[in-house]
Amino acid sequence: MVVISDIIVQGVQMLLVLLLAPLLTGYVRKIKARLVRRQGASVFQPYRDLLRLLRKEVVLADNASWLFRVTPYITFAAIWVAAALVPTFATGLLFNWTADLIAIVALLGSARFFLALAGMDVGTSFGGIGSSREVMIAALAEPAMLLIVFCLALVAGSTQLSTVSHFLASSYVGLRVSLGMALVALFMVAIAENARIPVDNPATHLELTMVHEAMILEYSGRHLAMIELGAFLKLLLYVSLIACVFFPWQIALYGGGALSYTIGAGAYIVKLALAGFLLALFETATAKMRVFRVPQFLGAAFMLGLLGTLLLFVSRSF
Amino acid sequence: MQSLAFDISHTLAGGLVLISLMMLYQDRLYSLLNVFALHALVLSLSVAWQAFIQDAPHLYVTAVIALVFKAIVIPVALHRIVKQLGIHRDIESAVGIGPTMLAGMGLVALSLVLMLRVTSDADPLAREDLAFALSVVLLGLLVMVTRRNAVSQVVGFMSLENGLVLAATGAKGMPLVVEISVAFSILIAFIVIGIFLFRIRERFDSVDVSALDDFRGERR
Repeated sequence: MVVISDIIVQGVQMLLVLLLAPLLTGYVRKIKARLVRRQGASVFQPYRDLLRLLRKEVVLADNASWLFRVTPYITFAAIWVAAALVPTFATGLLFNWTADLIAIVALLGSARFFLALAGMDVGTSFGGIGSSREVMIAALAEPAMLLIVFCLALVAGSTQLSTVSHFLASSYVGLRVSLGMALVALFMVAIAENARIPVDNPATHLELTMVHEAMILEYSGRHLAMIELGAFLKLLLYVSLIACVFFPWQIALYGGGALSYTIGAGAYIVKLALAGFLLALFETATAKMRVFRVPQFLGAAFMLGLLGTLLLFVSRSF
Repeated sequence: MQSLAFDISHTLAGGLVLISLMMLYQDRLYSLLNVFALHALVLSLSVAWQAFIQDAPHLYVTAVIALVFKAIVIPVALHRIVKQLGIHRDIESAVGIGPTMLAGMGLVALSLVLMLRVTSDADPLAREDLAFALSVVLLGLLVMVTRRNAVSQVVGFMSLENGLVLAATGAKGMPLVVEISVAFSILIAFIVIGIFLFRIRERFDSVDVSALDDFRGERR
């Protein structure tokens, strides 16, 4: 019986992330449009886009290999699994016991690896430029991400997200400057990984600036829908990661009843709305930086993670 | 209470190290001066917190001195100097920002390793303050080494002195007379440096210290 209810809750979580992801993106777009005093499309526009893309025919280049065709499904699957592992409204779900932070980083990394390969597969120049830029950003963002993971693991004594979230929700934590640094660094990494504005602008098709868009330019139809949905899921994943690690308030604990799950879900949606609003505010307030400035931006994230880890050694040293 | 007091002083001292690293990251002169003012502000907060938990009222005087002179008077004066000299506002660094940041991280790690080893049987609060103070001092030196503009070298010198004050307050307070004399000697040093800046500017039409090398005949 317990197993069945566990499976149900886990299934709810998987469906929840899948259903909420386009909504979050649509919401961020809407807020951004409102902030620059435009009307903006409806918050449900991403769903309509996905449905339209699913109905359309797939146009493939003549020299596209099998890799090009399977990549959308591989990336989508990897990101969905990663998103299902992050505790959103409750800790201690069925799959959460495998939810190692390093595993999540690895899943996202492999999704990105296949996408970069597919970008180069057809052999157009845009795909190549997009892949090379994406890999440059990834090579800088991943060490920063791993240092953040180490910093959290040193505080909580585990790299397992459920345990970390559990520990940080308790009152043993106190005031830690390292956690503040890790939060800022994780925010910077999330911006770079999701191709948000200071690093990349997914709304343009200008060859000087595009990174992520250039890589997926050759995709169409249901393949493009899969990739877009993966991108939406990834944004949701990072937001829930920040929410569950740094703001784990009202998250339901393992074995809580239906009531605590409902409260957890409500709190989660409030957190998502707040995070989306802050993201939109940040994006309208900053300008896109040059591609050559990105290493400095991510270097600062790396430095914050490293400094946070070093400072932990001082506070632990007695 | 004890652990919360430690956490707050840890946060303030760690923030000071972070702001020192931010100083290395800046590439505009005015933003460097603003970051320096922030550095002094956090220093005075940290000193005031130490005064509170050590129950040492004379440290409040130190905090006020740091706040008035370092966070307000010196940055404002430097702003005016930059405006009067008409220096162009980009900082020319001798080494690129990336390697500088890496060197800065290395120095922080070095000072932590050294200080935590050496002071293994001291009070944890003093230990942590000493470790952070040493890294602030080393980062100030790094700012002075990697910048070619004389104004930013002055800023590096001042932030180095902030590290000294942090070390002094962590070590169970130092006598007020010493404190005041250090503060005033820094002020005098600042005035002397200011006069020198104007002299360098008069003679070489720039505050880039590499012009001095040419003058001495040491061409690179």
